[in-house]
Amino acid sequence: MKTMFQKIWERHEVVPETVDTPAVLYIDLHLVHEVTTPQAFTMLRGQNLRVRRPDLTLATMDHSTPTRTEQVFGGAPITVESAAHQIAELEKNCRQFGIELFDLRHKLRGIVHIVGPELGLTQPGKTVVCGDSHTSTHGAFGALAFGIGTTEVAHVLATQCLLQRRAKTFAINVEGALPAGVAAKDLILAVIGRTGVGGGTGHVLEYRGSAVRALDMEQRMTVCNMSIEAGARAGMIAPDNTTFEYLAGRPRAPQGAAWDDAVAAWRMLPGDPGAQFDRELTLDGSGLEPMITYGTNPAMSIPISATIPALNEDPAHRKALAYMGFEAGAPIRDRPVNVVFVGSCTNGRLSDLRDAARVLRGHKVARGVQLLVVPGSQQVKLAAEAEGLDRVFIDAGGEWRESGCSMCIGMNGDNVGAGQVSVSTSNRNFEGRQGQGARTLLASPLTAAASAVRGRVTDPREFLNG
Amino acid sequence: MEPIRQFRARTAALPFTNIDTDQIIPARFLRTTERAGLGKQLFADWRYAADGTPRPEFALNQPAAAGCQVLVAGRNFGCGSSREHAPWALLDYGFRAIISTEIADIFRSNSLKNGLLPIVVDEASAAWLLANPGVELLIDLEGNRVVLPDGREVKFQIERFARYGLLNGVDELGYLRSQEPAIARFESSHDRAGA
Repeated sequence: MKTMFQKIWERHEVVPETVDTPAVLYIDLHLVHEVTTPQAFTMLRGQNLRVRRPDLTLATMDHSTPTRTEQVFGGAPITVESAAHQIAELEKNCRQFGIELFDLRHKLRGIVHIVGPELGLTQPGKTVVCGDSHTSTHGAFGALAFGIGTTEVAHVLATQCLLQRRAKTFAINVEGALPAGVAAKDLILAVIGRTGVGGGTGHVLEYRGSAVRALDMEQRMTVCNMSIEAGARAGMIAPDNTTFEYLAGRPRAPQGAAWDDAVAAWRMLPGDPGAQFDRELTLDGSGLEPMITYGTNPAMSIPISATIPALNEDPAHRKALAYMGFEAGAPIRDRPVNVVFVGSCTNGRLSDLRDAARVLRGHKVARGVQLLVVPGSQQVKLAAEAEGLDRVFIDAGGEWRESGCSMCIGMNGDNVGAGQVSVSTSNRNFEGRQGQGARTLLASPLTAAASAVRGRVTDPREFLNG
Repeated sequence: MEPIRQFRARTAALPFTNIDTDQIIPARFLRTTERAGLGKQLFADWRYAADGTPRPEFALNQPAAAGCQVLVAGRNFGCGSSREHAPWALLDYGFRAIISTEIADIFRSNSLKNGLLPIVVDEASAAWLLANPGVELLIDLEGNRVVLPDGREVKFQIERFARYGLLNGVDELGYLRSQEPAIARFESSHDRAGA
C-alpha cells in the first residue's frame, strides 16, 4: 500500500537511493524565471554544457518585472535598473540555450506558478521543479512539485535530474464544509498555525478530507502554494474529476486519444486506501473563521475575531510584536490599514479577483488607503477584464496593473512603505518582505477587500451577509 | 570546492527562532546576476539602520563578533524562500557553519552544495551555545562532531553523499553527469509512457 507521493517518487527514480547515495530523480517539467537562474546558466557556460531537455523547460519573467502598463507595453523605461538587467539576461540565456520564454510583452507571461497550470503543463503524476519555493503550488494537481536552489537549477538544466533523498509523508486531513466567508487561504493559514513554520520540515504534505475535495482547482493551488510556509518543500492533493475538468482542453494538456490515456493513468495516482503516513493532523473545516496574521511569520495567525496572543518565552515573539507595533491581548480587528495588495502566486488567479470584486462592488476604498490589484498572469488579466472586474477595482479607487509578483516580494519597486500596515493576499509576512519596515498581515482576498473599504482590519462576513 | 575536514572557529549567536531567508538576504539584493559580493548585504535590515549606519545592538556588529565563522541560531534557521543567495551571502561574509536545532530543507540543501555546513545539534547543546557566544569550537566533519571548549563532544549527522563531497571537494554535478547512460535509458521508456 502506497501513498500518492510514493507512487510518483518511484516512477521517477532513474537510480534508487542507497545508504550512501541519494536517488537520481527525473524531472518532467522545469520552470525558469529571471531571479534564481542567471548564476545557473553561468555554471553551464563554465563547464561548456547544454540544456539537456529544452522541451521540458519553460521560462517566464515575474519577480522583478514592472507592473505599470507604460513600462510593460508603452516603451517607458523600467525604473529599476538592476531589474531591467536581469530581464535582459534571461532573454539572452533563453536565446542561447534554446529555451521557450514568455518575455515581458508575451500574452502568456505571468507568475511562473500561475502560467504552468493555466497552460495545462502542470499535470497529475509529474515531477515539477523551479528555483522558487512556491513551486509547491503545482502539487494541487497531484504532481510532486518543489522548489530548488540555483545549483540544483543547473543540475536539472544539464541532466534533467536531481539528487534527492525520499521525504517523509504528512497527511493533513480537513473534514467538514467551510463556512461562508472562509476561503482556501483561511484554511491553509489555520493549518500552518497548527503545524508551525517548521512543522513540515523533511515532509511532503498531502491535503485530504471532504473540505479539501470540495475546493476547486484555484483554491487547491492556494492551499498547496503555502506548504512551504509550514516548512514542507511539497504539498499535494490527489487528482479527481475537479482536476481533470480543469485540465481538459488546455493548450498543453494531452489531447484526443492521449487525453483519455492520461486520465486513465491519473485515476491510478491517488494513494491506496490504508497507506500509512509518517505523520497526520486532522482539522475541522466547519469550525474555521477568516484568519489573519499578526506577526512576522505565516504561523503567527489568529481568527479575525481573536486577540493578539500573550507574549511567550520565545524572544522571536516579542521581536515580532515590536516590529508590527502590536500589543499582546489587543484585538486585531479595526487595526488601521494603509495598503491592500490583492495578487501573488497564492491569490492572484481569476477566482481570487472575483472574491475581491464581490466585496468591492459598489464601494469605495477608504480615504488614504492604497489598493493595488495585480493579476497573476496576462491571461488572468484578460479574463478579469472580459467580465469587468478591472472596472470594479478602478471604480472603487484601486489600481489595476499588469501581471507579476509585484508587492508580494517588492523586487520591482512595488513596495509598502516603512511602518505602513498592509493587508496582503500574498504568502509571507516576514520582516521587510513587502519593503523595508513594512508590516504585513496575510489574509484572503475577501478579507483584504473588506479591509480596503473600511480602512481597518475587517471581517469580510460583514459584507457578505448584508 | 575546497575539501572540508575540520577547522577551529569562534561563534556568533542570533537567539531567534525561524530566521527566514528574507532576513538573511532581503529580496531587493536578489536583482544581481552574480553570486559574489553578497556578504555586504547579509542580514542587511538587522545590521544597518535605514540611513545605512550599523545598528550597534545587532550581534554581528559587536566587536566580539569580528572574525566569527560559526553562526549559532534558534530553531528552523533558513526557512522561507529557495534563494541560494542566502548561503552565498553567509559564506561571503565569512561563515563556514550554521548550528541550530533545526535547519530548513531548501536552505540546508543549498548550503551543502556550497560548502557551508548545516549542523543540527540537540536542544541542550544549542541552548548552551546560544547563551555563550564567542566560544571557540572544533568543527570536525570527519568525526561528525563539534567539540566544545570544555572538551565535550556534540555529534551531528550530515547526509552521507553530501558529506563525502564536502570531505573530498567534489561537486554533485559531476556525479549526476556520470549517470548519463542510466538517464538516457530511463528517458526512452518514460517519454513513451508519459509522466
